[in-house]
Formats: sequence, C-alpha cells, structure tokens
Amino acid sequence: MSKKKREAAVEKPYRKKLIRRRKPNRSIGGDVALGIFLLLVAAIMFFPIVYAVSNALKPLDELFMFPPRIFAKNPTMDNFSDLFVTMGKSWVTFTRYLFNTVFITAVGTFGHLIIASMGAFVLAKYDFPGNRTFFKIVTVAMMFSYYVTGIPNYILINKLGWVDTYWAIIIPAFASPMGLFLMKQFMEGLPTSLIEAAKIDGANEWRVFSGIVMPNVKPAWMTLIIFSVQGLWNNRASTYIYSEERKTLVYALQQIQAGGIARTGQGAAVLVVVMIVPILIFVFSESQILETMASSGLKD
Amino acid sequence: MKEFFSKYFALRKHNAQVAWKKAKLAKNCYLFLAPYAILFTMFFVFPVVASIYFSFTYYNILEPPRFIGLHNYISLLLEDEIFLVGVKNTLLIAVITGPLGYIMSFFFAWLINELPRWVRSVAVVIFYAPSIAGNCFVIFAVFFRGDAYGYVNALLMHFGLQDAPKFWLTDPKYMIWICMLVILWMSLGTGFLSFVAGLQGVDRAQFEAGYVDGVKNRWQELWYITLPNMKPMLMFGAVMAITQAFGVCDVTMQLCGYPSTDYAARTIVTHLFDYGFSRFEMGYACAIATILFLMMILCNKAIQSLLRRVGT
Repeated sequence: MSKKKREAAVEKPYRKKLIRRRKPNRSIGGDVALGIFLLLVAAIMFFPIVYAVSNALKPLDELFMFPPRIFAKNPTMDNFSDLFVTMGKSWVTFTRYLFNTVFITAVGTFGHLIIASMGAFVLAKYDFPGNRTFFKIVTVAMMFSYYVTGIPNYILINKLGWVDTYWAIIIPAFASPMGLFLMKQFMEGLPTSLIEAAKIDGANEWRVFSGIVMPNVKPAWMTLIIFSVQGLWNNRASTYIYSEERKTLVYALQQIQAGGIARTGQGAAVLVVVMIVPILIFVFSESQILETMASSGLKD
Repeated sequence: MKEFFSKYFALRKHNAQVAWKKAKLAKNCYLFLAPYAILFTMFFVFPVVASIYFSFTYYNILEPPRFIGLHNYISLLLEDEIFLVGVKNTLLIAVITGPLGYIMSFFFAWLINELPRWVRSVAVVIFYAPSIAGNCFVIFAVFFRGDAYGYVNALLMHFGLQDAPKFWLTDPKYMIWICMLVILWMSLGTGFLSFVAGLQGVDRAQFEAGYVDGVKNRWQELWYITLPNMKPMLMFGAVMAITQAFGVCDVTMQLCGYPSTDYAARTIVTHLFDYGFSRFEMGYACAIATILFLMMILCNKAIQSLLRRVGT
C-alpha cells in the first residue's frame, strides 16, 4: 500500500460515504441474483443463533416436544429464572463468579492495553535494531492456539506459583499478540510529523506516547479492549484454577449446562447468556473495530 | 578464501558495531518495549522452545524429565495409529475448511461491501456472530441428532431420501463432515472483519480508472483492481485461517464426544489434549505440539508465497 493511501486510510475510511451513482459495469440481473444469494446465506448463517435464543425461551414441555418447533408457542423466561435459582443455591454465590470474571477481564484488559500499546508505539514509530524481527515473531505467534502452548505454560505458571490464582489468567493475557499487532498497524498510519513536532517542542518519549499518540488512536484502543474482553470472557481457565470460589462465570454456567437432561432448559439459557455478551459488545463497537481493521493488513 | 572470510567477519563486526550504537541511541525504545517483550517471551516464545526440549524427553511432571532422544517422534509416527488418524483428520479439515472458509470470508465481505451502509452493518453482525458466539455451536447437536427427532433426519425422512435415521454424530462415516460444516459456519472471524474494513479503504479513483480502461464486469474488477489492493489484508486473513484450521478441537470434542467413536473425529490438537491433560505424558504431548508448530509455519510460508502472485 502506498504512503498516500495509508494517509487516506487514516481519515476514517469506514465513515466515508458510498458513491450514490450505480457503477456502470454492473448488470441489474447480477445485482439481484447476488442479493438474493446473500440473503439466503445470511438466513442460514443466522438460523442456529435464532434457534438457540428461541430454545431458551421455550418452556420445558416444548423443549421435549415432537415434532420440535422452531419458535416457542408460549415463550417464557422460566429457564432464565431457573438458572438464577440454581446459581443462587450453589455454594459459591453468583456475585462471586461475576466478580471473578469482571476482575480478571478488567485487570487483564487494562494491563494488556498499556503494555501492548507501549510496545506497539516504538515498534511502529522508531527504527531500532531488532524491530522487524520482533514483529515478525509476534505475527507468527498469532497462529498458536491456547492448547498448543498450554503444557509449557502450565509448567511455567506452576513454577511461578500462580496456579489457582487469578494471575495465571491475567498475566498471559497481557502479552496477547493480537492486540499488539492491531495497535502497531494502526499507529503506523499516524503521521510521523506529528511526533517530530512534539519532540521539537521538547516532549520526551513518554509525553509523546501518552499525550500525542494515545489520544489519536482511540479506535484501536476500543478494538484491543473488545478483543481482549471477548477472549477473557470466554476463558474457562479450567486448567489453571481449581478452587470453586475463583472460577469464572462462564465456567460455572457451563458446569450447569453439563448437568444432563434435567438441566436442558437451563442449559439453553446458559448458551444464550454466554453468547449474547460478546455479540452485544461487538454490535455497539462495530464501526470502531472496522476502522482499526482497515489497517490490519500484513506487508511482507 | 581466507581473505574472503576475514573481510566477511570485518563487515559483520562493523555491522554489529553500528547496530550496537543505534541500539544505545534507542535506549528508550527498548525500555518501552521491555514489559511486552518480557511477557511475550515468557508466554509465547518460551513455550515453543520448551516444547521442542521436552519433546526429546520422557516427562510426567512428577519425575524430572529424562532424555530419550527421538523416541517420542518415532513412536508417534510409526506406532501411534490414532495420531495418524488425527493428522489425516486435521489435514482434511485444514485443506477443505481452511481455503473454503477463507474464500467465503472474502467473498461475503466483497458482496457486503456494495450494500448501503446500515444494511452492511447488520450483515457484518450476522456473518461475524457465529465466530464469537461462545459454544453456541452445540446447538448443531440438536439439528444432527441421531434419532428421528433430529431436524436433519426428520427432513430427509420426510422427503423420502433415507428410510432410517442416520447417526450423524456417532457414525464414523459422517462425523468429520458434520464437524466441517460447523467449522465453516464459524469461519467468518477476524479475517472477515479485516476484509470488510480493507474493501472500504480501496481507492475509488482506481475503479473509475478501471471503467475508462474497459473493465467489463464485476468479476474483472475483482481480479484486476480489488484483489491486488487487498493483498495485505489477504495475508492477515491467511494467518487467521491457518490458526482456525489447525487449531480445531473444541468443535469435534463437544459435538462428537471425547473420545469419539473409533477416534474418527480426532484431530492433532485433541490428541495433544489427550496426552497432555488426561494422561500427563508431557514429553509425548510436546512432540505433538512441535509437529503442529512446524506444520503451521510451513503452511504460512506456502500461502504467503502463493498470495504474492495474486492479480499478476
């Protein structure tokens, strides 16, 4: 991508208005056909999610009915209230699970934001030996899934004495490669003259970082925060945390879900609760995320 | 020859000195990078190195690791038939769902791109939602239930395409294909978002130049203008697609059971999970992880060299 385009990309390409005029090389037939195709695929893609939600609204007798219905006949919130009753009866209170999740998510995300943006800032804006190599290693590390690095990680965390504490989840989350990657790519779009101007005015690196760069990359913040929250929300941490009072909400909910046939209704409710949070977060931050992703491309 | 070497080393020494001076000047940069670099090394670089080290040992956490040479690899490749099933399944999933999911991501992002803005926002949510919906995919277990109550069985029997219910999730013949279907459903992830955003950033003037130069239809426009402009995003999407394709394990474990019938839905990561977290044969599990690392990195290299040729 040329330099000129890069600067155009900074000016919020996602907010730019589409040209109203029809493109001259499009056939109407093709537009209609592709539109119908898209609609059909969207319906298929969305169906399981709709079905999961409607399942959670069904009373128990309808859940076991044959032939099964897609939409509930008498939608109720019974499953959700049952779920709360079950959670309330557990030895560890619901609020404790919620606190665990919120604590892990908040601390993990905050630390990740600070540490990753500090790293991304120098990687994007300064040229020093080892810069490129380090970034290349980070992009390779984006491919590693949780289980692949799981065993040595467990041994390391065990040696550090963090097993069965919150830190076993929080500290590795600080180093997530995805956040650094997105932040660095976005910061590269910032004009270098801005930083030079601040330096001539006598600001040191820390001032440039906290006063000039960070306020200018808010969309990237949001994206980093959201990816981090999504990751930590879904983190069941079952390998690191054994004490019931330190388990996360999702883990506790999925334990209820695994309770067999008697918990079918509550299981359906759990499915919805677990999935709705990340989706809602995404809906409210979509434009910011897309703005950041516009600079996510990998150059070789 | 000697002269060549002495010159080479003199040059090397000079380069190193220059780099050292530069590094000294950039002290603050290292300070900024240090917290991330230390944690990253601890949790992402160290595990890879440690995996390679442990893969040459017998290690069960309780006793200290005992060096056994290549024994783990030999028994993995020659004696462990289940691992080979896992490799076959992983490759099958990677070869089919990887490219297909990748192409789907790009294709739908491209179609969505032409819609008016608010429709586009809704469409992005709809397509992206499955990949962030937690374990929502277990709902497919209801659709593909093995008795006549399952939707797919009921539908197929209703239309007379089969006369008895099929055990979609327990019959080794179908398991892996159903899993692929579910993985495809979830494959429009981060790469898809990158494509959507990247398509928005393509310079309009290039399309207009294209009309003048006689780009006849949307497919030509796609190949000659859009794709070359999207190359960086395509690279990023490829990394994401590899991650997803080789990391498959939650879907197969939760849909087909763990262990699955005849190990027919076993993947490399499931095998790793089995040895690492159920049998605690860490050395053996690390050998599996090392093989997986190698596969991922090679695959990444291959795709990158392939993508360099797009649109030329």
